[in-house]
Amino acid sequence: MNIKILGTGCSKCEKLEKNLNIALKELNMDATIEKVDDLLELVSYGVMSTPGFVVDDEVKSVGKALSVKEIKKMLT
Amino acid sequence: MNIFSWLNAQLLKMKWLWDLVELLVEKVFGLSMDTRLGGSVHFFIYDTIKIFILLSVMIYIISYIQSYFPPERTKKLLGGIKGIKGNVLGALLGILTPFCSCSSIPIFIGFVSAGLPLGATFSFLISSPMIDLASLMLLMSFFGTKIGITYVAVGVVIAIIGGVVIQRLNMEKYVESYVWAAENVDIELDEMTGRDRMEFAKDQVKDIVHRVWPYILIGVGIGAGIHNWIPQSIIERILGQGNPFSVLIATFIGIPIYADIFGTIPIAEALVAKGVGIGTVISFMMGVTTLSLPSLIMLSKVVKPKLLATFIAIVTIGIIIVGYGLNAFTALLI
Repeated sequence: MNIKILGTGCSKCEKLEKNLNIALKELNMDATIEKVDDLLELVSYGVMSTPGFVVDDEVKSVGKALSVKEIKKMLT
Repeated sequence: MNIFSWLNAQLLKMKWLWDLVELLVEKVFGLSMDTRLGGSVHFFIYDTIKIFILLSVMIYIISYIQSYFPPERTKKLLGGIKGIKGNVLGALLGILTPFCSCSSIPIFIGFVSAGLPLGATFSFLISSPMIDLASLMLLMSFFGTKIGITYVAVGVVIAIIGGVVIQRLNMEKYVESYVWAAENVDIELDEMTGRDRMEFAKDQVKDIVHRVWPYILIGVGIGAGIHNWIPQSIIERILGQGNPFSVLIATFIGIPIYADIFGTIPIAEALVAKGVGIGTVISFMMGVTTLSLPSLIMLSKVVKPKLLATFIAIVTIGIIIVGYGLNAFTALLI
């Protein structure tokens, strides 16, 4: 699984990354996490409010520091 | 006293809090309200608490409404609308769209690559930081309903005219070429449930309070200083109605400063109490919120100097005209 966090270092992006790591651990899943801070790439996903949460090239959420529970639901 | 003015005094102006802090300052600290120190301490405590209460309650309500208008949806709403209608809609959506300066560039690239007219994009970019529902409520609380509504109305007008002028000047070639190269992608977002929106609103409150509290304390501190320590005569000479350059001075002081409306309001309040014209104060607030060094530096990454300069010039001139205009009509507003 390939997960991308789109964002330019806002506080929500960091929180999302932290929660993602917890969620992956709890689910016992393995994924490559990529942090994207290139604005053009961000826009190429249609994302304008950060952080964008992209799983296998599909935008799952924008503008939200997802909770561990929400991330788990999206990944399973 | 009718029920509405009572509600306004207690809920928006928080008369109860004023009285409570007065008790605290006089009985607990043993400071008379008539002394400079007592007055400053009261101003600082009362304003800080009031702004934090208003901020939290209002950001919550407003974020709930804003959750219906993320930039991704705004882009779709604006697509395909031509002419001045696009400017009007851009300016109005700017009021509703949640916006922090950190996302201005992705929004700019997103809008432009979606083929939205440059003018409508700029109308949005001007109105978004300048006016939002929180500033409307805050201004109503501190200065009354008329001034709150006037601020929003003139802000929308500046945003519309600014966008129209940029459109007329045909400045598309002054947008960095890589912006045009970005492809346009629309994403389908799941409709949020009521609970999602409440969660979103709660997050926004936490996020914004976390981000703005230092500015609020600095703002209240400066306000308390102006309120009780700087002699009225000095402020009147520089910013008072008698000085024909007051609006110019206020605007140019405001532009480089980076803060949002929550930090500027206590300063504005103290200036008004010292006899500074309401137009002068509004120019100062608009200068602070709309143009700031950090946001201009970010914008300079996507537009060439000529367009950046045009944008700054249009907004500055608009703010100055508004300031002098409102000073002239002060009698109608207060």
